[in-house]
Amino acid sequence: MLHIKDLHAGVENEDILKGINLEVKAGEIHAIMGPNGSGKSTLASVIAGKEEFEVTQGSITFENEDIAELAPEERAHKGIFLSFQYPIEIPGVSVTNFIKTAINESRKAKGQEDMPAGEMLKMIREKAELLEMDRKFLSRSLNEGFSGGEKKRNEIFQLAMLEPKLAILDETDSGLDIDALRIVANGVNKLRNENNAVVVITHYQRLLDHIVPDFVHVLMDGKIVKSGTKELAHELEEKGYDWIKEEINAV
Amino acid sequence: MSLKEKLVSSFFAFEDYIDADSHIHEMRNSAIKSFGEKGFPTKKEEAWKYTSLNSILKEDYCVFPKKENTVEFKDVKKYFLHEIDTYKIVFIDGIYNSFLSETTHDKVDVCLMSSALSKPKYKAVIENYFNKIAKEDSLTSLNTAFAKEGAYIFIPKHREVEKPIEIINFATGNEAALFLQPRNLIVVEENAHVQIIERHQSLTTNPVFTNVVTEIFAEKNASVDYYKIQNDNHSASLIDNTFISQNWGSNASVHTFSFGGKLTRNNLNFYQKGERINSTLKGVTIIEDKQLVDHYTLVNHIEPNCESHQDYKGIFDGNSTGVFNGRIIVEKEAQKTDAFQQNNNILIDNNASINSKPQLEIFADDVKCSHGCTIGQLDEDALFYLQTRGIRKKEAQALLMYAFASNVLDSVKIPELKSRITKLIANKIGVKLGFNL
Repeated sequence: MLHIKDLHAGVENEDILKGINLEVKAGEIHAIMGPNGSGKSTLASVIAGKEEFEVTQGSITFENEDIAELAPEERAHKGIFLSFQYPIEIPGVSVTNFIKTAINESRKAKGQEDMPAGEMLKMIREKAELLEMDRKFLSRSLNEGFSGGEKKRNEIFQLAMLEPKLAILDETDSGLDIDALRIVANGVNKLRNENNAVVVITHYQRLLDHIVPDFVHVLMDGKIVKSGTKELAHELEEKGYDWIKEEINAV
Repeated sequence: MSLKEKLVSSFFAFEDYIDADSHIHEMRNSAIKSFGEKGFPTKKEEAWKYTSLNSILKEDYCVFPKKENTVEFKDVKKYFLHEIDTYKIVFIDGIYNSFLSETTHDKVDVCLMSSALSKPKYKAVIENYFNKIAKEDSLTSLNTAFAKEGAYIFIPKHREVEKPIEIINFATGNEAALFLQPRNLIVVEENAHVQIIERHQSLTTNPVFTNVVTEIFAEKNASVDYYKIQNDNHSASLIDNTFISQNWGSNASVHTFSFGGKLTRNNLNFYQKGERINSTLKGVTIIEDKQLVDHYTLVNHIEPNCESHQDYKGIFDGNSTGVFNGRIIVEKEAQKTDAFQQNNNILIDNNASINSKPQLEIFADDVKCSHGCTIGQLDEDALFYLQTRGIRKKEAQALLMYAFASNVLDSVKIPELKSRITKLIANKIGVKLGFNL
């Protein structure tokens, strides 16, 4: 599904990603871990198409199509979703109106008619229930005055509504208490199937207890230095990142 | 002959025609003298540094339209808040139009300045209030000299006007170029409450220049909500001089929505003459091309324990120019004043400009005054966020502009007006989204 090859990207002639190779197949969950400043969020932004970052080398293909030159919304229309670490507040636009717009914009891009209002309403109700969000929440301005947990829950609500093929969750666990973490993870798990894939970017192992990865990658200084299974995440939790550094240095 | 010469030389003919024996004769006389000495303001004056009237003064205006022109209601319906029942005071080319109006004398007076200035029963109110807080600057003086028609609204004690009042000035274009000077007086007595919507609308591409003066008196615990819709076409210019005198415990708010017009200058002055007064000044400006909107506000805190809240937002595209000059004076006696001022601007085009200047003059030592001003572009992170949800960049930009401007609408208390303004904003910034904002 997602195929990243020797990806170099950065800002103003300074590469932050220095040769990333990653393949994500349908049905898989990948976790990307790494210390602060290793390039995790940059990788997420580059996949989603943030213009600030320039791809200087390598390629990103999604379902066999080179997407490196596509605008963020075009990538979204193809089925890529990024859950933000810091979701943006948009006063004056309610959660409901925002999600309606997003869905219909995607449908328009695919040459489809707007989703009928009744169907939309039903879907909003179902997905809100899945994330244990109450009605009032839906009429509030997008992310305005939301707590950290509410913002993240709202991100997963949007994920549930947009039903992407590839979901990238950037630090979705940060700022969540244990109940919110469970709700968010539960939401993600229920949305999983053999046709979609999830990339979880996280500092800590605790989210991975709930969203269990098939593969764990360690990102350091813009490169994936080690890949393994979920046991690797446990090891990192116990020992930190220094032993990996030593391992690399030894080589 | 310049416009100034034309006006000064026709004053005596005007006075003769109106009523040289009128009890405001002296007032008019000294006002024309004052205007004659000062003339129209120029960029040499600090208060007019960024706004030149030259381009609008050069037209050969008809200054005293006398012909009664008419318009069909169906052609102008959209300019009324027709979704709800309102009182209406409508002028066409400066002359009252009874057909489009709905005035009243039932417990409150919603009628004409020309009656108020000439009929004995209004004499006491006119003597007490007329021209009592209007400044003596040149443009206000010019209006005073020729004051004859406009809206007269008197709300007696403890009266709440059950429906909003619309003051609408249409220009038809029957004159090649038209100069209008409406004069409004609004007196809201103790505990009374009124909501007013004011609009100037040209129905022609012929030049129209309006120099309007509105005096508003909010007596003890009175409440006045005033909304100005400035969405005129690009050949019309407006100088709005509004003076608000507030007494103990009163609430007054003025919302100014500036989307249209060639040149718009809003001189908005609040005088707090009592304690526990609340003043609110809000504005949304969205302009493009060569439009100019200049907000020149004054809040004069005279007595202790009062509040003022100013929030102006501007979005400037094309070659447009914005000016915000917010002056707050806190006098020595005005302890415990809480004055807030905010002016945020977004420049869409590199050729657009905004001049923003807070001017705080604080003579009391126990006050809370804050002001802030921002000038910037749309937030790139916010744009990216919306795009990752599948919203195209252009729509995303419009949505962010809408979000930027929309919180000023929170304090609009007439739901139908709020929805009308919301649509105007959405239209103006081109939000073509699949839902009704």
